[in-house]
Amino acid sequence: MAENIKVAYWPGCVSRGFTPELHGSMALVAEKLGWELVELDRANCCGAGVIAEHNQELADTLNARTFALAQQTGLSMMNICSTCQGAQSECQQRLDADSAYRAHINEVLSGQGLSYEKDKGGFTNKNFLWLLVEDYGLDRLKEQVVRPLSGLRVGPFYGCYIVRPKERLGYGKHPDRDVYLEKVIEALGGQVVEYDGARKCCGFPVIAMARETSLRQAGTHVGDAIDAGADCLVTPCPLCHLNLDMQQPEAAKVVNRDLGLAVLHLPQLVGLALGVEPKELGMAKHIASTRWVEERLSAVAA
Amino acid sequence: MADYTIKVRRFQPESGEGPYWEEFNVDLDPSLSVLDGLLQAKDREDGSLAVRCSCRAAICGSCGMKINGQSGLGCKTQIGEAQELADKQASATGKGGEGNSIVIEPMGNMPVIKDLVTDMESTHWTKIRRVTPWLLPHGEPPEREYIVEPESMIDITQSMACIQCGACVSSCLSMEADHEFIGPAALAKAYRFVGDPRDAETHERLHDLADDPHGIYDCTHCFSCIDACPKGVAPMDQIMRLRRKAGEVGIEDPNSGHDHEIAFVKIIEKKGTLDESLLLQESFAPGIKGKLKPNKRAIREMLGSIPTAIRGIKTGKMRSLHKLIPGVHPKLPDQDDVKTIFAHAEEHSEEFNLYIKGEEGELAEDDVEKGIERSTDPDTPQEVKNG
Repeated sequence: MAENIKVAYWPGCVSRGFTPELHGSMALVAEKLGWELVELDRANCCGAGVIAEHNQELADTLNARTFALAQQTGLSMMNICSTCQGAQSECQQRLDADSAYRAHINEVLSGQGLSYEKDKGGFTNKNFLWLLVEDYGLDRLKEQVVRPLSGLRVGPFYGCYIVRPKERLGYGKHPDRDVYLEKVIEALGGQVVEYDGARKCCGFPVIAMARETSLRQAGTHVGDAIDAGADCLVTPCPLCHLNLDMQQPEAAKVVNRDLGLAVLHLPQLVGLALGVEPKELGMAKHIASTRWVEERLSAVAA
Repeated sequence: MADYTIKVRRFQPESGEGPYWEEFNVDLDPSLSVLDGLLQAKDREDGSLAVRCSCRAAICGSCGMKINGQSGLGCKTQIGEAQELADKQASATGKGGEGNSIVIEPMGNMPVIKDLVTDMESTHWTKIRRVTPWLLPHGEPPEREYIVEPESMIDITQSMACIQCGACVSSCLSMEADHEFIGPAALAKAYRFVGDPRDAETHERLHDLADDPHGIYDCTHCFSCIDACPKGVAPMDQIMRLRRKAGEVGIEDPNSGHDHEIAFVKIIEKKGTLDESLLLQESFAPGIKGKLKPNKRAIREMLGSIPTAIRGIKTGKMRSLHKLIPGVHPKLPDQDDVKTIFAHAEEHSEEFNLYIKGEEGELAEDDVEKGIERSTDPDTPQEVKNG
């Protein structure tokens, strides 16, 4: 049996903000899987691409600080947000490509007793999805399933930041990262629903600036998944969740049709298969009702 | 040599019928291109198969198409790689096996004229013309050539590499939702002139693109165009540069784009992690405690967000004081450290290190000896300054 997972854990802002059910369900699932999460409670926001748009060096330094805090624990890092993954990978790529730039950034961090070192002890920063497939392994995951998601039709929704740009996100070494959700759904006993929106944009980044463009994207993808027969969507990104779930009633108005499709966070879907109760996973906090998902699963004893 | 099945989305306007799929079997070396496969099918099976192409070397930009759903050039995509992707996609949805059909479609976001030939005029070129794609110089042109520091052009070399193939337009997810979005190709072209030291209308160009509801703040930051572009233009990065420049010259757009960015940055400077309620408030009504200046659109947006907030309170998602009251969000224990980082980074009036310069060791060692900062500011020659 492979080693147990122990990582420095960066939960991100939104998982403790408007999607608190994500942070809570991650903790429960880690416990079930026997993972040890060392929470980085001093770490700062990744900038979500917005700080980089304002000042690239600022975004790079802020994320170097987070990496340095993780490296202080001697562990690799895990995030639970596609947007954190993308924004942090962008900064890490820039830092790793240039030792002089890294030295410059570390000069600022040294005053805080911190330093980011490239590849220190094989340091990586991976989303829960990547860690689950690459480090924990689907076979081990299958062994842990006590309530197979039999008959549950699940549409994957990745979030842009975890699928593009390919070159930055390690697709050279891990070319299947954009089909991991499908593999996890199958490993949990569920049925993958093929629909157009799986790797498209939820629209969240422009919700404040171009509301209609934003909600049209969310509404279209949710509608396409419903038309393809999905019982729910699953996403590793809480920002996608905000647009697909929290804004779903508003998105329905923009695309002018009834929606009403449950959107699960990835740890919630895993948690259900591991036998955790929907209530414990915070599913009652969702805007789009998850009752249908619960009814379909209740036929299978936990 | 190997056998491949290409599945082409076809359309003949003269037939009066809708589009349909047709499969062709082709036989060629895996290192040859998808375009070579199409030309073989056209040669051996159906001469009426329409595809636009010329140089076959990723220079002319004629053969933009979607291959297994990915926008790119037919001549730059090896058929062997396309086969691998087709098989991977099939395995993800439980179909599995090898030798799955390679799916080829005309480019997206534009009308189809025939088979793989799209109408570039009605979308791509119209949008390119929208951004005034020529130099608007200061005063009378010089008698001979313009003299500029070679370094001052570095910032725009990436956008100058565009071959107008339309692959980015085809892949654009904002344009799928808003056909009026100016789009990645045209905005990258706009940056080619905004960043050009010879252009005199930088401010006007930026104002125009920031004020347009379908302009720079309509880009949803999905990275599709970056992966689609065969020439490394990274149009989305150029759009982010346009936003940064617009902010630097103090353009207040009516789309809350600049306000949103500043609100986000200020919140992280103050708190370390995101205060979502404060972000919402400050994006639409910045400085509400100081000078109140929400415009009509912002008031509409604020009111529009109330039903969502009420739903969030009902389910318990937002049922806590710091989520309901802007500004109550707790700051990090080491927030002073975060503030130090802000103070340091904001000191640099010039941007630097915007570009990934290559792998460690290739270019960096030289810099270590000389000092570290480099500038891409057009007014500052690319010389080394002390960090």
